[in-house]
Amino acid sequence: MQHSNFYTFKFIGIITIVASLLLALASTQLKELQEFNVELDRKKNILKCIGKDVTLMNADAIMEEYKSNIRNVILKLNGDIAANIASENMESVQNKSTGQLNYFIDNVEYLPAYKSSKPEAFIIPISGKGLWSTLYGYFALEKDLNTVMGITFYKHGETPGLGGEVEKKWFQNNFVGKQIIDKSGKMVSIKVVKGKANDVLSGDGLNHGVDGISGATITSKGVSDFLKRDLLRYEPYMKNNRTN
Amino acid sequence: MDKKARAIISDPMVDNNPITKQILGICSALAITVKMEQAVVMSLALAFVLVCSNVIISLLRKGIPGKIRIIVQLTVIASLVILIDEILKAYLYDISKQLSVFVGLIITNCIIMGRAEAFAMQNNYKDAMYDGLGNAIGYGSVLIIVATFRELLGSGTLFNYAVMPASIYLENGGWYVNNGLMLLAPGAFIILGLIIWVQRTYTHYIEN
Repeated sequence: MQHSNFYTFKFIGIITIVASLLLALASTQLKELQEFNVELDRKKNILKCIGKDVTLMNADAIMEEYKSNIRNVILKLNGDIAANIASENMESVQNKSTGQLNYFIDNVEYLPAYKSSKPEAFIIPISGKGLWSTLYGYFALEKDLNTVMGITFYKHGETPGLGGEVEKKWFQNNFVGKQIIDKSGKMVSIKVVKGKANDVLSGDGLNHGVDGISGATITSKGVSDFLKRDLLRYEPYMKNNRTN
Repeated sequence: MDKKARAIISDPMVDNNPITKQILGICSALAITVKMEQAVVMSLALAFVLVCSNVIISLLRKGIPGKIRIIVQLTVIASLVILIDEILKAYLYDISKQLSVFVGLIITNCIIMGRAEAFAMQNNYKDAMYDGLGNAIGYGSVLIIVATFRELLGSGTLFNYAVMPASIYLENGGWYVNNGLMLLAPGAFIILGLIIWVQRTYTHYIEN
Protein backbone atom coordinates (compact mmCIF):
# COMPACT_ATOMS: atom_id res chain seq x y z
CA MET A 1 0.00 0.00 0.00
CA GLN A 2 1.39 3.37 -1.03
CA HIS A 3 1.07 6.17 1.54
CA SER A 4 1.49 9.87 0.93
CA ASN A 5 4.60 11.65 2.16
CA PHE A 6 2.53 13.62 4.61
CA TYR A 7 1.13 10.44 6.13
CA THR A 8 4.64 9.00 6.45
CA PHE A 9 5.90 12.07 8.29
CA LYS A 10 2.86 12.16 10.52
CA PHE A 11 3.20 8.48 11.37
CA ILE A 12 6.89 8.57 12.26
CA GLY A 13 6.33 11.80 14.18
CA ILE A 14 3.70 10.23 16.40
CA ILE A 15 5.78 7.06 16.95
CA THR A 16 8.82 9.11 17.92
CA ILE A 17 6.91 11.31 20.34
CA VAL A 18 5.17 8.38 22.03
CA ALA A 19 8.44 6.43 22.36
CA SER A 20 10.39 9.36 23.74
CA LEU A 21 7.66 10.28 26.22
CA LEU A 22 7.57 6.71 27.47
CA LEU A 23 11.35 6.54 27.88
CA ALA A 24 11.58 9.94 29.53
CA LEU A 25 8.92 8.86 31.99
CA ALA A 26 10.70 5.56 32.78
CA SER A 27 14.04 7.29 33.12
CA THR A 28 12.82 9.95 35.55
CA GLN A 29 10.80 7.46 37.58
CA LEU A 30 13.67 5.00 37.96
CA LYS A 31 16.52 7.47 38.32
CA GLU A 32 16.38 7.72 42.09
CA LEU A 33 16.43 3.95 42.49
CA GLN A 34 19.33 3.62 40.05
CA GLU A 35 21.45 6.25 41.78
CA PHE A 36 20.69 4.59 45.08
CA ASN A 37 21.94 1.28 43.65
CA VAL A 38 25.21 2.80 42.47
CA GLU A 39 25.78 4.41 45.84
CA LEU A 40 24.82 1.23 47.68
CA ASP A 41 27.24 -0.79 45.58
CA ARG A 42 30.05 1.65 46.38
CA LYS A 43 29.34 1.49 50.11
CA LYS A 44 29.03 -2.28 50.00
CA ASN A 45 32.49 -2.51 48.50
CA ILE A 46 34.04 -0.19 51.07
CA LEU A 47 32.60 -2.39 53.83
CA LYS A 48 33.73 -5.52 52.02
CA CYS A 49 37.31 -4.38 51.86
CA ILE A 50 37.52 -3.91 55.64
CA GLY A 51 36.46 -7.53 56.00
CA LYS A 52 32.71 -7.20 56.62
CA ASP A 53 30.58 -9.97 55.17
CA VAL A 54 28.06 -8.04 53.09
CA THR A 55 26.56 -10.93 51.11
CA LEU A 56 23.72 -11.47 53.58
CA MET A 57 23.16 -7.81 54.50
CA ASN A 58 20.18 -6.01 53.00
CA ALA A 59 20.29 -2.44 51.72
CA ASP A 60 19.21 -0.86 55.02
CA ALA A 61 21.78 -2.81 57.03
CA ILE A 62 24.55 -1.73 54.64
CA MET A 63 23.53 1.93 54.79
CA GLU A 64 23.30 1.79 58.59
CA GLU A 65 26.64 0.04 59.00
CA TYR A 66 28.31 2.50 56.64
CA LYS A 67 26.83 5.52 58.38
CA SER A 68 27.89 4.42 61.84
CA ASN A 69 31.33 3.20 60.87
CA ILE A 70 32.82 5.01 57.89
CA ARG A 71 33.69 8.66 57.52
CA ASN A 72 35.21 10.62 54.65
CA VAL A 73 38.66 12.13 54.93
CA ILE A 74 39.93 14.64 52.39
CA LEU A 75 43.71 14.93 52.11
CA LYS A 76 45.89 17.57 50.54
CA LEU A 77 48.55 16.34 48.13
CA ASN A 78 51.28 16.98 50.74
CA GLY A 79 49.56 14.57 53.10
CA ASP A 80 47.85 17.04 55.45
CA ILE A 81 44.20 16.60 56.24
CA ALA A 82 42.09 19.24 54.53
CA ALA A 83 39.63 20.34 57.18
CA ASN A 84 36.41 22.26 56.55
CA ILE A 85 36.11 21.38 52.92
CA ALA A 86 32.90 20.50 51.16
CA SER A 87 33.42 17.07 49.69
CA GLU A 88 30.10 17.23 47.80
CA ASN A 89 31.69 19.44 45.17
CA MET A 90 34.43 16.96 44.42
CA GLU A 91 34.85 16.15 40.74
CA SER A 92 36.87 13.29 39.37
CA VAL A 93 38.88 13.44 36.17
CA GLN A 94 40.19 10.27 34.64
CA ASN A 95 43.50 9.85 32.88
CA LYS A 96 42.41 7.91 29.78
CA SER A 97 45.67 6.04 29.25
CA THR A 98 46.42 4.94 32.82
CA GLY A 99 42.95 4.83 34.31
CA GLN A 100 44.10 6.96 37.24
CA LEU A 101 41.44 9.15 38.83
CA ASN A 102 42.34 12.63 40.01
CA TYR A 103 39.96 14.52 42.27
CA PHE A 104 39.39 18.25 42.29
CA ILE A 105 37.47 20.71 44.43
CA ASP A 106 37.32 24.17 42.87
CA ASN A 107 40.23 23.25 40.60
CA VAL A 108 42.52 22.29 43.49
CA GLU A 109 43.56 18.66 43.60
CA TYR A 110 42.77 16.61 46.70
CA LEU A 111 42.91 12.95 47.66
CA PRO A 112 39.73 11.36 49.01
CA ALA A 113 40.01 8.57 51.57
CA TYR A 114 37.86 6.85 54.17
CA LYS A 115 38.40 5.94 57.79
CA SER A 116 36.63 3.11 59.53
CA SER A 117 36.38 3.04 63.31
CA LYS A 118 35.54 -0.62 63.90
CA PRO A 119 37.87 -2.21 62.87
CA GLU A 120 40.20 0.78 62.65
CA ALA A 121 41.18 1.12 59.01
CA PHE A 122 42.32 3.57 56.36
CA ILE A 123 40.71 3.04 52.96
CA ILE A 124 41.68 4.50 49.59
CA PRO A 125 40.05 4.25 46.17
CA ILE A 126 42.19 2.56 43.51
CA SER A 127 41.78 2.44 39.75
CA GLY A 128 43.81 1.59 36.69
CA LYS A 129 44.12 -0.38 33.49
CA GLY A 130 44.02 -4.15 33.26
CA LEU A 131 43.98 -5.88 29.88
CA TRP A 132 40.68 -4.74 28.34
CA SER A 133 39.31 -2.28 30.82
CA THR A 134 39.82 0.07 33.72
CA LEU A 135 39.43 -1.60 37.10
CA TYR A 136 37.93 0.31 40.03
CA GLY A 137 38.20 -0.75 43.63
CA TYR A 138 39.11 0.00 47.22
CA PHE A 139 42.17 -0.90 49.26
CA ALA A 140 42.14 -0.94 53.07
CA LEU A 141 45.07 -0.79 55.49
CA GLU A 142 45.06 -1.50 59.21
CA LYS A 143 45.77 1.31 61.65
CA ASP A 144 49.55 0.75 61.41
CA LEU A 145 49.11 1.95 57.76
CA ASN A 146 51.25 -0.96 56.69
CA THR A 147 49.28 -4.21 57.02
CA VAL A 148 46.67 -4.87 54.33
CA MET A 149 43.14 -5.36 55.60
CA GLY A 150 41.54 -6.02 52.24
CA ILE A 151 41.05 -5.16 48.58
CA THR A 152 37.90 -5.15 46.42
CA PHE A 153 37.01 -4.39 42.84
CA TYR A 154 33.54 -3.10 42.11
CA LYS A 155 33.80 -2.42 38.40
CA HIS A 156 35.86 -3.96 35.64
CA GLY A 157 35.52 -5.43 32.17
CA GLU A 158 38.12 -8.19 32.30
CA THR A 159 37.44 -11.69 30.90
CA PRO A 160 35.30 -13.67 33.35
CA GLY A 161 37.30 -16.59 34.71
CA LEU A 162 40.65 -15.08 33.71
CA GLY A 163 41.28 -11.40 34.53
CA GLY A 164 37.79 -11.33 36.02
CA GLU A 165 39.11 -13.47 38.89
CA VAL A 166 40.25 -10.21 40.55
CA GLU A 167 36.74 -9.99 41.98
CA LYS A 168 36.97 -13.46 43.51
CA LYS A 169 37.55 -14.22 47.16
CA TRP A 170 40.63 -16.40 46.66
CA PHE A 171 42.48 -13.57 44.91
CA GLN A 172 41.41 -10.82 47.31
CA ASN A 173 42.01 -12.94 50.42
CA ASN A 174 45.66 -13.38 49.45
CA PHE A 175 46.24 -9.67 50.09
CA VAL A 176 45.02 -9.78 53.68
CA GLY A 177 47.87 -9.52 56.19
CA LYS A 178 50.51 -8.58 53.60
CA GLN A 179 52.62 -5.47 54.19
CA ILE A 180 53.28 -2.48 51.95
CA ILE A 181 56.45 -1.33 53.77
CA ASP A 182 59.68 -3.34 53.55
CA LYS A 183 62.26 -3.71 56.32
CA SER A 184 64.11 -0.53 55.36
CA GLY A 185 60.90 1.51 55.59
CA LYS A 186 60.40 1.85 51.85
CA MET A 187 56.91 1.70 50.35
CA VAL A 188 57.07 -1.35 48.07
CA SER A 189 53.32 -1.97 47.71
CA ILE A 190 52.00 -5.48 46.98
CA LYS A 191 53.11 -7.24 43.85
CA VAL A 192 50.93 -9.69 42.00
CA VAL A 193 53.53 -12.20 40.81
CA LYS A 194 53.41 -14.52 37.82
CA GLY A 195 52.56 -17.95 39.23
CA LYS A 196 52.51 -18.79 42.92
CA ALA A 197 54.07 -16.30 45.36
CA ASN A 198 55.66 -19.19 47.27
CA ASP A 199 57.57 -20.35 44.19
CA VAL A 200 58.72 -16.94 43.01
CA LEU A 201 59.48 -15.04 46.19
CA SER A 202 61.38 -15.84 49.36
CA GLY A 203 62.10 -14.26 52.74
CA ASP A 204 60.77 -10.73 53.18
CA GLY A 205 59.50 -10.72 49.60
CA LEU A 206 56.68 -13.05 50.62
CA ASN A 207 55.26 -10.27 52.80
CA HIS A 208 54.84 -8.05 49.74
CA GLY A 209 53.66 -10.48 47.04
CA VAL A 210 50.53 -12.48 46.23
CA ASP A 211 49.68 -15.30 43.78
CA GLY A 212 49.00 -14.19 40.23
CA ILE A 213 46.04 -15.27 38.11
CA SER A 214 46.99 -17.93 35.59
CA GLY A 215 46.00 -16.85 32.09
CA ALA A 216 45.76 -13.20 33.14
CA THR A 217 49.33 -11.95 33.28
CA ILE A 218 48.49 -8.49 31.95
CA THR A 219 45.62 -7.96 34.39
CA SER A 220 47.87 -9.13 37.24
CA LYS A 221 50.62 -6.75 36.20
CA GLY A 222 48.09 -3.94 35.82
CA VAL A 223 46.85 -4.46 39.37
CA SER A 224 50.44 -4.42 40.72
CA ASP A 225 51.23 -1.24 38.83
CA PHE A 226 48.21 0.88 39.64
CA LEU A 227 48.06 -0.29 43.25
CA LYS A 228 51.61 0.93 43.79
CA ARG A 229 50.95 4.15 41.87
CA ASP A 230 47.86 4.98 43.91
CA LEU A 231 49.50 4.02 47.20
CA LEU A 232 52.42 6.34 46.42
CA ARG A 233 49.99 9.26 46.11
CA TYR A 234 48.79 8.63 49.67
CA GLU A 235 52.26 7.84 51.03
CA PRO A 236 52.95 11.42 52.29
CA TYR A 237 49.93 11.17 54.59
CA MET A 238 50.64 7.60 55.60
CA LYS A 239 54.31 8.34 56.33
CA ASN A 240 53.37 11.17 58.71
CA ASN A 241 50.80 9.08 60.52
CA ARG A 242 52.52 5.72 60.66
CA THR A 243 53.01 4.41 64.18
CA ASN A 244 55.79 1.98 64.85
CA MET B 1 -5.25 -22.58 23.03
CA ASP B 2 -5.99 -23.92 19.59
CA LYS B 3 -3.82 -26.15 17.46
CA LYS B 4 -2.43 -23.35 15.30
CA ALA B 5 -1.29 -21.32 18.30
CA ARG B 6 0.42 -24.36 19.78
CA ALA B 7 2.18 -24.98 16.46
CA ILE B 8 3.38 -21.34 16.34
CA ILE B 9 4.85 -21.62 19.83
CA SER B 10 6.41 -25.06 19.53
CA ASP B 11 7.89 -24.70 16.05
CA PRO B 12 10.74 -22.32 17.06
CA MET B 13 11.63 -24.44 20.08
CA VAL B 14 13.28 -27.25 18.13
CA ASP B 15 12.44 -27.50 14.41
CA ASN B 16 12.94 -23.82 13.66
CA ASN B 17 15.05 -22.82 16.63
CA PRO B 18 16.46 -19.33 15.99
CA ILE B 19 19.93 -20.23 17.26
CA THR B 20 20.50 -23.84 16.28
CA LYS B 21 18.52 -23.89 13.02
CA GLN B 22 18.67 -20.34 11.73
CA ILE B 23 22.00 -19.51 13.40
CA LEU B 24 20.75 -16.09 14.54
CA GLY B 25 21.63 -14.27 17.75
CA ILE B 26 24.94 -16.12 18.04
CA CYS B 27 26.89 -13.13 19.38
CA SER B 28 24.87 -12.88 22.58
CA ALA B 29 24.76 -16.67 22.88
CA LEU B 30 28.57 -16.62 23.01
CA ALA B 31 28.96 -13.56 25.20
CA ILE B 32 26.65 -14.07 28.15
CA THR B 33 26.59 -17.83 28.61
CA VAL B 34 29.55 -17.97 31.00
CA LYS B 35 27.23 -17.98 34.02
CA MET B 36 23.69 -19.39 34.37
CA GLU B 37 22.43 -16.32 36.18
CA GLN B 38 23.36 -14.03 33.29
CA ALA B 39 21.89 -16.41 30.71
CA VAL B 40 18.55 -16.57 32.54
CA VAL B 41 18.25 -12.80 32.96
CA MET B 42 19.29 -12.25 29.35
CA SER B 43 16.67 -14.76 28.16
CA LEU B 44 13.96 -13.02 30.18
CA ALA B 45 15.02 -9.59 28.91
CA LEU B 46 14.95 -10.85 25.34
CA ALA B 47 11.57 -12.54 25.88
CA PHE B 48 10.12 -9.24 27.12
CA VAL B 49 11.45 -7.28 24.15
CA LEU B 50 10.55 -9.93 21.58
CA VAL B 51 6.95 -10.47 22.74
CA CYS B 52 6.24 -6.75 23.18
CA SER B 53 7.83 -5.73 19.88
CA ASN B 54 5.97 -8.47 18.01
CA VAL B 55 2.63 -7.41 19.50
CA ILE B 56 3.18 -3.67 18.98
CA ILE B 57 4.40 -4.05 15.42
CA SER B 58 1.56 -6.43 14.61
CA LEU B 59 -1.00 -3.93 15.95
CA LEU B 60 0.57 -1.13 13.91
CA ARG B 61 1.19 -3.22 10.80
CA LYS B 62 -1.69 -1.84 8.73
CA GLY B 63 -0.68 1.75 9.44
CA ILE B 64 3.09 1.45 9.01
CA PRO B 65 4.13 3.06 5.70
CA GLY B 66 6.07 0.49 3.66
CA LYS B 67 8.93 2.84 2.88
CA ILE B 68 9.91 3.38 6.50
CA ARG B 69 8.84 0.08 8.06
CA ILE B 70 12.34 -0.93 9.16
CA ILE B 71 12.83 2.45 10.86
CA VAL B 72 9.53 2.07 12.70
CA GLN B 73 10.42 -1.47 13.78
CA LEU B 74 13.80 -0.30 15.06
CA THR B 75 12.24 2.59 16.97
CA VAL B 76 9.86 0.22 18.73
CA ILE B 77 12.58 -2.34 19.49
CA ALA B 78 15.13 0.23 20.65
CA SER B 79 12.61 1.88 22.98
CA LEU B 80 11.76 -1.46 24.56
CA VAL B 81 15.43 -2.35 25.00
CA ILE B 82 16.22 0.97 26.67
CA LEU B 83 13.20 0.44 28.91
CA ILE B 84 14.32 -3.03 30.05
CA ASP B 85 17.88 -1.76 30.55
CA GLU B 86 16.60 1.00 32.85
CA ILE B 87 14.46 -1.49 34.76
CA LEU B 88 17.36 -3.90 35.25
CA LYS B 89 19.57 -1.06 36.50
CA ALA B 90 16.92 -0.11 39.01
CA TYR B 91 15.87 -3.53 40.29
CA LEU B 92 18.64 -6.04 39.43
CA TYR B 93 21.71 -3.84 39.64
CA ASP B 94 24.30 -6.58 40.24
CA ILE B 95 23.21 -8.64 37.26
CA SER B 96 22.84 -5.61 35.02
CA LYS B 97 26.45 -4.76 35.88
CA GLN B 98 27.56 -8.18 34.65
CA LEU B 99 25.44 -8.10 31.49
CA SER B 100 26.82 -4.58 30.80
CA VAL B 101 26.57 -3.75 27.10
CA PHE B 102 24.79 -6.92 26.07
CA VAL B 103 21.37 -5.70 27.20
CA GLY B 104 21.79 -2.70 24.91
CA LEU B 105 22.87 -5.01 22.13
CA ILE B 106 19.48 -6.77 22.17
CA ILE B 107 18.56 -3.95 19.76
CA THR B 108 20.78 -5.51 17.14
CA ASN B 109 19.76 -9.09 17.95
CA CYS B 110 18.78 -10.46 14.54
CA ILE B 111 16.05 -12.65 16.05
CA ILE B 112 13.94 -9.65 17.05
CA MET B 113 14.29 -7.78 13.75
CA GLY B 114 13.78 -11.07 11.93
CA ARG B 115 10.54 -11.91 13.72
CA ALA B 116 9.22 -8.36 13.36
CA GLU B 117 9.83 -8.28 9.62
CA ALA B 118 9.00 -11.92 8.82
CA PHE B 119 6.08 -12.60 11.15
CA ALA B 120 4.61 -9.62 12.99
CA MET B 121 4.17 -7.57 9.79
CA GLN B 122 1.84 -10.24 8.32
CA ASN B 123 -0.03 -11.71 11.28
CA ASN B 124 -2.53 -10.64 13.92
CA TYR B 125 -1.34 -9.64 17.35
CA LYS B 126 -2.30 -12.90 19.06
CA ASP B 127 -0.30 -15.06 16.67
CA ALA B 128 2.55 -12.54 16.84
CA MET B 129 2.57 -12.87 20.61
CA TYR B 130 2.72 -16.67 20.40
CA ASP B 131 5.49 -16.42 17.82
CA GLY B 132 7.48 -14.09 20.07
CA LEU B 133 6.99 -16.37 23.03
CA GLY B 134 8.02 -19.46 21.06
CA ASN B 135 11.16 -17.83 19.70
CA ALA B 136 12.08 -16.44 23.12
CA ILE B 137 11.77 -19.92 24.63
CA GLY B 138 13.78 -21.39 21.75
CA TYR B 139 16.52 -18.80 22.25
CA GLY B 140 16.45 -18.99 26.03
CA SER B 141 16.60 -22.76 26.21
CA VAL B 142 19.70 -22.91 24.01
CA LEU B 143 21.32 -20.14 26.07
CA ILE B 144 20.61 -21.99 29.28
CA ILE B 145 21.89 -25.33 27.95
CA VAL B 146 25.13 -23.70 26.77
CA ALA B 147 25.50 -21.81 30.06
CA THR B 148 24.96 -24.99 32.09
CA PHE B 149 27.92 -26.68 30.39
CA ARG B 150 30.11 -23.59 30.47
CA GLU B 151 29.56 -22.73 34.12
CA LEU B 152 29.81 -26.34 35.27
CA LEU B 153 32.97 -27.17 33.33
CA GLY B 154 34.56 -23.72 33.43
CA SER B 155 33.90 -22.64 37.01
CA GLY B 156 32.64 -25.82 38.72
CA THR B 157 29.50 -23.99 39.85
CA LEU B 158 25.82 -23.63 38.89
CA PHE B 159 24.07 -20.36 39.73
CA ASN B 160 27.29 -19.54 41.66
CA TYR B 161 26.88 -22.55 43.98
CA ALA B 162 29.84 -24.91 44.02
CA VAL B 163 28.72 -28.18 42.44
CA MET B 164 32.06 -29.90 41.96
CA PRO B 165 33.30 -31.33 45.28
CA ALA B 166 36.18 -29.18 46.56
CA SER B 167 38.34 -32.22 47.34
CA ILE B 168 38.83 -33.23 43.70
CA TYR B 169 40.60 -29.97 42.80
CA LEU B 170 44.34 -30.00 42.22
CA GLU B 171 45.04 -27.32 44.81
CA ASN B 172 43.31 -29.45 47.47
CA GLY B 173 45.26 -32.58 46.58
CA GLY B 174 42.90 -33.90 43.89
CA TRP B 175 43.37 -34.22 40.15
CA TYR B 176 40.78 -31.83 38.66
CA VAL B 177 41.27 -28.38 37.17
CA ASN B 178 38.47 -26.17 35.78
CA ASN B 179 38.52 -25.96 31.99
CA GLY B 180 39.54 -22.39 31.15
CA LEU B 181 38.53 -22.82 27.50
CA MET B 182 34.87 -22.97 28.55
CA LEU B 183 35.11 -19.41 29.86
CA LEU B 184 36.21 -18.06 26.49
CA ALA B 185 34.18 -17.65 23.30
CA PRO B 186 35.69 -20.77 21.61
CA GLY B 187 34.26 -22.89 24.43
CA ALA B 188 30.79 -21.60 23.59
CA PHE B 189 31.35 -22.31 19.89
CA ILE B 190 32.26 -25.91 20.65
CA ILE B 191 29.25 -26.48 22.93
CA LEU B 192 26.93 -24.80 20.44
CA GLY B 193 28.33 -26.90 17.59
CA LEU B 194 27.73 -30.08 19.57
CA ILE B 195 24.16 -29.04 20.38
CA ILE B 196 23.46 -28.34 16.70
CA TRP B 197 24.97 -31.72 15.79
CA VAL B 198 22.80 -33.57 18.31
CA GLN B 199 19.69 -31.68 17.24
CA ARG B 200 20.22 -32.32 13.54
CA THR B 201 20.89 -36.00 14.12
CA TYR B 202 17.61 -36.14 16.00
CA THR B 203 15.49 -34.13 13.52
CA HIS B 204 17.21 -35.54 10.38
CA TYR B 205 17.54 -31.98 9.05
CA ILE B 206 19.96 -31.58 6.15
CA GLU B 207 21.02 -28.19 4.89
CA ASN B 208 20.95 -27.91 1.12
